[in-house]
Amino acid sequence: MIRISDLHKKFRDNEVLRGVDLSIQKGETIVIIGRSGCGKSVLLKHIIGILKPDTGRIVVDGEEITRFEAEEMYEIRKKFGMLFQGSALFDSLTVEENVGLGLREHTNLSKPEIQEIVQEKLSWVGLSGIENLKPAQLSGGMKKRVGLARAIAMEPECILYDEPTTGLDPIMADVINHLIIDMRNKLKVTSIAVTHDMVAAYKIADRIAMLYEGKIIFTGTPEETKNTTNPIVRQFIEGRGEGPIKAV
Amino acid sequence: MNLVRENPLVFIGKKSLTLVRDVGGVSLFIKDIIKTFPRGISRTHLVTEQMLYIGVNSIPLVILTSLFTGAVTSVQAAYQFSDLLSMRYLGSAVAKAILIELGPVLTAVVIAGRVGAGMAAELGTMKVTEQIDALESLAISPIRYLAFPRVLAGFIMVPLLTIIANFIAIVGGLFVASSFLNVSSHTFLTSFKLFFKMTDLTAGLLKSFVFGTIITTISCYQGFRTEGGAEGVGKATTRAVVVSIVLILVADYFVASVVFGTG
Ligand SMILES: Nc1ncnc2c1ncn2[C@@H]1O[C@H](COP(=O)(O)OP(=O)(O)OP(=O)(O)O)[C@@H](O)[C@H]1O
Ligand SMILES: [Mg+2]
Repeated sequence: MIRISDLHKKFRDNEVLRGVDLSIQKGETIVIIGRSGCGKSVLLKHIIGILKPDTGRIVVDGEEITRFEAEEMYEIRKKFGMLFQGSALFDSLTVEENVGLGLREHTNLSKPEIQEIVQEKLSWVGLSGIENLKPAQLSGGMKKRVGLARAIAMEPECILYDEPTTGLDPIMADVINHLIIDMRNKLKVTSIAVTHDMVAAYKIADRIAMLYEGKIIFTGTPEETKNTTNPIVRQFIEGRGEGPIKAV
Repeated sequence: MNLVRENPLVFIGKKSLTLVRDVGGVSLFIKDIIKTFPRGISRTHLVTEQMLYIGVNSIPLVILTSLFTGAVTSVQAAYQFSDLLSMRYLGSAVAKAILIELGPVLTAVVIAGRVGAGMAAELGTMKVTEQIDALESLAISPIRYLAFPRVLAGFIMVPLLTIIANFIAIVGGLFVASSFLNVSSHTFLTSFKLFFKMTDLTAGLLKSFVFGTIITTISCYQGFRTEGGAEGVGKATTRAVVVSIVLILVADYFVASVVFGTG
């Protein structure tokens, strides 16, 4: 359903993406791993068109979104939900308004109907009774989960998770991992998740892809990933300081 | 800073390029806001919220500044009149200066400082904390959701504030004239009425529509293009205020030239 080909992106002299090729099938969960600063978040932002590539193409359901005008882009984005790495909650809105904003803007649902959906989504991420708080009153992990509830509120076809479990305690991390698995099994959602957390990656992924020096250098099932002989991937998943990847 | 070491020609060249880029950027931004027009207006709650913020909350500040503006106008006009003109004309001179120039311009400058800075800081913070990206990800246009209600509210509220300012300033002028300048309030008001032309009022209000649009458009534009954390937000805020005030003064000249002719 999503095909990324030869994607290049430079910020001033900083070549972040140098020819990314990746296909994502409908209904699968793909986990993208890679070192901090290698461009994982930048890649996600290209998929929903917040960033425009210098060259290269992204095709979503047969439509080349990299050539879209702003108006067409807004239509295609309704298929997507995104959890931002820093949560990116609207700090002038309450939790309830944050999660319900998409519903309020894009549907004709009444206020009580929206409230009901918001409460359901918040309960999925293990939160309740915080509807009227402002983001500034939440802990980091709570913000992340509100961000997640906002991303899934419209039940999109495809969800992009930027480090969904970073900053959560291990128990809550497991709850979120199961939520991601449930979204795939029950709602047939396509998921693209970015994480450093290899435990989570093995648990939720159908496929794991590694981004390194601006390219996808490896893709494989969790099993294939564990057994790979690729020295770069091995060093990353084993978390070693020495190897082909320079630590500093 | 490397301003000193840089070749002056290179420096001027760079600055001109920035200017051209900004003029282009603002033009595109205005085009996007105008395109939003019919649909954006349906979000009345957002527009009302901004009208409260820009308009209602600015009233005390506008009253305070315009009261003193009117007072000083009376004092200084009287000084300029002394030995030259009869004080009978004071009311007309003060009122015209206020309606045509001081009311609209000073209100706009005060609003640029209060509202422009706040707007640029708010939107700039939203930009650097990815809240603008988050809106995009929810398929909500930041132009429609954030910029349009602000620009519309500025367009409506700055003229209304100007009307309040005009009134208060004239009252201030009248008070000073009758209390300290030996011009009775009757004389002051008679002269005001005798020489009043509708153009005085409409020209001033026309200016304030333009100023209101300038303040909100520039502040939203600066907010949206903020980059680089808290430091970036600070710079965007300063730029929003400085650019708004400069453009207000420039636009003031052009509107005046069009309305009154350059003679
Ligand atoms: N808007 C931007 N402007 C300029 N440079 C940027 C921008 N966004 C990202 N970058 C640069 O792109 C590179 C990749 O950033 P990105 O956020 O994608 O890393 P990441 O892989 O998500 O890292 P992490 O795991 O730490 O989140 C970094 O060097 C960053 O400085
Ligand atoms: Mg990241």
